Amino acid sequence: MVNHINQENQGSNLDEEERYLDIQQDQGSVAVASFWQLIWWRYRRHRVAVFSTFVVLIFYLVAVFSEFVAPYDPEAKFVKYKLHPPTQIHIVDADGAWRLPFIYQTVRERDPETFRNTYHENTAIRHPIRLFSKGEEYQLWGEVSVTTKLFGLDVPHEEQGFFLLGTDRLGRDMFSRVSYGARLSLSIGLIGVVISLILGVLLGGLSGYYGGTIDNIIQRIIEFLRSIPSIPLWMGLSAALPPAWPIIYVYFSITVILSLIGWTGMARVVRGKFLQLREEEFVMAARFAGSNELRIILRHMLPSFLSHIIATMTLSIPTMILSETALSFLGLGLRAPAISWGVLLQEAQNISAVAIAPWTMVAPAIMVVVAVTAFNFMGDGLRDAADPYAGL
Amino acid sequence: MFSYILGRIAVLIPTLFVISVVTFIIIQLPPGDYLTTYAAQLREQGDEVDEVLMARLEQRYGLGQPQHIQYIKWISGIILRGDWGESMYYQKPVQDLIWNRVGLTFILSFTTLLFGWLVSIPLGVYSATHQYSLIDYIVTALNFIGKGLPEFMLALVIMWLVTSYTDMSVGGLFSPEYMNAPWTLDRVIDLLAHVWIPIVILAVGSTANGIRITRANLLDELNKPYVETARAKGVKEGKLVWKYPTRVALNPFFSTVGWSLADLISGTTIVAIVLSLQTTGPMLFTALINQDMFLAGSFILLLSLLTVIGTLLSDLLLVWVDPRIRLEM
Repeated sequence: MVNHINQENQGSNLDEEERYLDIQQDQGSVAVASFWQLIWWRYRRHRVAVFSTFVVLIFYLVAVFSEFVAPYDPEAKFVKYKLHPPTQIHIVDADGAWRLPFIYQTVRERDPETFRNTYHENTAIRHPIRLFSKGEEYQLWGEVSVTTKLFGLDVPHEEQGFFLLGTDRLGRDMFSRVSYGARLSLSIGLIGVVISLILGVLLGGLSGYYGGTIDNIIQRIIEFLRSIPSIPLWMGLSAALPPAWPIIYVYFSITVILSLIGWTGMARVVRGKFLQLREEEFVMAARFAGSNELRIILRHMLPSFLSHIIATMTLSIPTMILSETALSFLGLGLRAPAISWGVLLQEAQNISAVAIAPWTMVAPAIMVVVAVTAFNFMGDGLRDAADPYAGL
Repeated sequence: MFSYILGRIAVLIPTLFVISVVTFIIIQLPPGDYLTTYAAQLREQGDEVDEVLMARLEQRYGLGQPQHIQYIKWISGIILRGDWGESMYYQKPVQDLIWNRVGLTFILSFTTLLFGWLVSIPLGVYSATHQYSLIDYIVTALNFIGKGLPEFMLALVIMWLVTSYTDMSVGGLFSPEYMNAPWTLDRVIDLLAHVWIPIVILAVGSTANGIRITRANLLDELNKPYVETARAKGVKEGKLVWKYPTRVALNPFFSTVGWSLADLISGTTIVAIVLSLQTTGPMLFTALINQDMFLAGSFILLLSLLTVIGTLLSDLLLVWVDPRIRLEM
């Protein structure tokens, strides 16, 4: 599908590239497009990847500003609204007139047989949804006092709650919890990848640059790590974390545990590139010109495969996110009161709860799937663009 | 050929040693040791702690002695006497608990692997020879879904769908009446009726990936001159595709079978926990939660060990399948 779109759009993009080069030529200089410019041009052709980049950006914005995006405190329990389904947003009122988005007043009733709350709408009272609504004061990042939220109602929550993704069995707003969950879930991927990157570049670089015995040993280690089943190993390691540890310790330990295997992929890419570049003329030229090893690596070789490293990094973030989700889901990773998507899934795990209130599982599940898929598309586009000199 | 096999087996031995050390470290990681936890548990239940038994166990596992002595006692018990230690939680020797489950795990993983190949090779060849066709798009889309939707989530979704729309029981590998029955034909049929759900769940991800690999490799291969030559000589299209380029395109399948096996065992573990299958997953999980470390260690050791041996077998298979590798030796 992607290839197909590429072919259609190739024409217009090429035009732009040609125009750019023409202008430069008109100015009397030699037409030059830098390496990163070529990469950018090629990346832009992958429309799905560009779209996914925006999705990923939005996810990270939500993670950074979760206090602002979340309408409520993620731990606030609205006892009146336990297992409330997602609030319906209307744009047409009961009389058939079009309006800006609004919700109706919720009426709660108790089923006399099951003692379960049922909720329905009272179409007589409307509550318009406001963007950048003013509400109670809260702390952004625990530092800045703010009263504005991304969206909300004019009335306080005692009067009417607005639950975009419903509430869980304790009456906590799922949308707020999912937004806060993005923080841990998405950052574990980033930090894990940075650790993998350091290990992978270091060991892969050693392996590829020196070859011989060092290469042999590192390759055996990589093969060994890849040939043992990761989930049982991770389960074993994370079960060994003391249960009394504070969240932040558990968080970093899990990241390190996930990186233990994650670095191998990075190391393979770096090693392959080193082996390939070592034989190139420009490296030999640099060596004859008297550059020392470090300079050759950092100044001549690194820029040539930096784009590949970025692509590999992007492709390994989703694996990290999924692994954290899986471990937390089993109760072996992060645990409540920490909020991550895996923890939310774990809370929704009970199959009968899912049957009554599917949104408690669907909300975090969709976040995971969308984030992971967006990262995969982004990585795919980056991988295709990483070598802009290769033929299409 | 013979020296290649010998060389591979020579590499295998240090690998197995490292696996056993890593497993032992995992066993030792939780604070406190097996016996203190055991004694505390007994006291909690109001039972008397049998000092003689404690002393015997302490002697047997070399507890309180330096780590390397404990390791040697543990590993020599396994190698020399087939003694995998005692499960604290089940109050039984570990070897009485694990074999059935390890066997089922491997049957499940191998069946999934074969099922995945059976589906992904024809579909991969089809989507390569019919590029940009409807099936090609569906396969590409499935691949991305398979990558984004982890197995355990898929398992949850399928369980939810099946329980809300049918009255089938999805959990487990057997109906209740066959749970502990001896192996008979009826029990096998019962197993087959249940086992397809986990197989399908597990196969989605790897199959999508397999299709993608086959497709990409075959596309590269189809553009090569020898294919053109064969076509010019009038070889029929079907034979042309299947006889030469496909065989080359399938090589990565065999060479990465070890990793797919490791991935499958990982996937099986977590799906089995969600679907409560009678495989290693759930028992490993409860063992870890209860700090039943000898049982957990045995599972981790066995699963890794069998994966490594499976990888070796697949490498030998690759040598057998690909004449180019065979001739290089």
